[in-house]
Amino acid sequence: MAHDDPSHHDHGQTPPSDVALRVKALESLLVEKGLVDPAALDAIVEHYEHKVGPRNGARVVARAWTDPAYRARLLEDATAAIAELGYGDREDAPVVAVENTPAVHNLVVCTLCSCYPWPVLGLPPVWYKSAPYRSRAVIDPKGVLAEFGLTLADDVEIRVWDSTAEVRYLVLPERPAGTDGLSEDELASLVSRDAMIGVAKVTR
Amino acid sequence: MNSVHDMGGMLGMGPIAPEAGEAVFHERWEGRVLALTRAAGALRRWNLDMARHARERIPGPAYLAMSYYQKWLAGLETQLVESGLVTPDELARGAPAPGSAKSKPPLTADQVRRQSARRGPSERKIDAPPSFAIGQAVRARNIHPIGHTRLPRYVRGRLGEIARHYGAHVFPDSNAHGRGEDPRHLYQVRFSARELWGEEAAFRGVVSLDLWEPYLEFA
Repeated sequence: MAHDDPSHHDHGQTPPSDVALRVKALESLLVEKGLVDPAALDAIVEHYEHKVGPRNGARVVARAWTDPAYRARLLEDATAAIAELGYGDREDAPVVAVENTPAVHNLVVCTLCSCYPWPVLGLPPVWYKSAPYRSRAVIDPKGVLAEFGLTLADDVEIRVWDSTAEVRYLVLPERPAGTDGLSEDELASLVSRDAMIGVAKVTR
Repeated sequence: MNSVHDMGGMLGMGPIAPEAGEAVFHERWEGRVLALTRAAGALRRWNLDMARHARERIPGPAYLAMSYYQKWLAGLETQLVESGLVTPDELARGAPAPGSAKSKPPLTADQVRRQSARRGPSERKIDAPPSFAIGQAVRARNIHPIGHTRLPRYVRGRLGEIARHYGAHVFPDSNAHGRGEDPRHLYQVRFSARELWGEEAAFRGVVSLDLWEPYLEFA
């Protein structure tokens, strides 16, 4: 095959401006051949920039903190519970929610590529997709958490979820102390993306 | 395929570098690459597993040097050429060959907005009953496929426990090579840190992976 060596383009040394030109050339080629519609490309970018993101996941978490029945449904069938709030649907990859407690801390990774619960968290950050995190999360999660400034007590059990199939994992963080009087909206504003991956706790 | 993409358990890849206030796309071309990949995927000339395998086939040194969307771009170019949708010459020139046919794009902006062009779930119904039960001890097989697999090296040969059965799902090792979906039972399998990393493991707990039945054997 003429093209079975994907290294024939010299990607590693390509400065960003050259990549930008190459992408532009590819786009115009595919548009001219009638393979892609530029308006569809715009709509896809718009979707990922504005429609999905960790605010969706934060609303799921805040609901679970304030509604015990919803929390039970989320832990039983997160795909359906997330769809209840209008995010994703049953056509998406199934989602499993894993709950942090004082005794258990969950951490999500994809060692083979970059699998991530897009409907609730949007696109993953660069560090999640990068070699240092992907390689070390499964062998030294405590060291990884320490790099994020999170130190767990020695008796906390760590559960690492390596997303090797089409199931996606969402961490349900612990509700911070002193938040009894907060509304669901106020709670959602406290929930960070990192807490839903498992590299941070939610703090007031 | 034992390549650098299968990096679970390696050390020495450098510090994790979270960015404060990270943008969804750092540069405009990144968003275009994601959009081109999704839109070209709607042509249905390849599947998700083929797309992953195209990125995994980027040679190791280049794979490690590339940014995420550079890998997507390389994978997309590989697939466009391998599927025959574009020629290497067209790719190099950024223009269609003279006289080449013009198609009609299958994915419209309206479909994107209505979310009606999703690729759908990977779960399938199969007749064969699952071979393993919840709570059962299993061993991840010591196999080293030349092609695509989703069985990471760091669990091969290790003893785990079936924690959950997810039904049958499209089997990547087959689907990535155009050999059909060949759905197989998928399980959540838990491995203790000690089993994976020895008695001096750096943490107390478990690593859980989702593994297809052909990756497992009775312990």
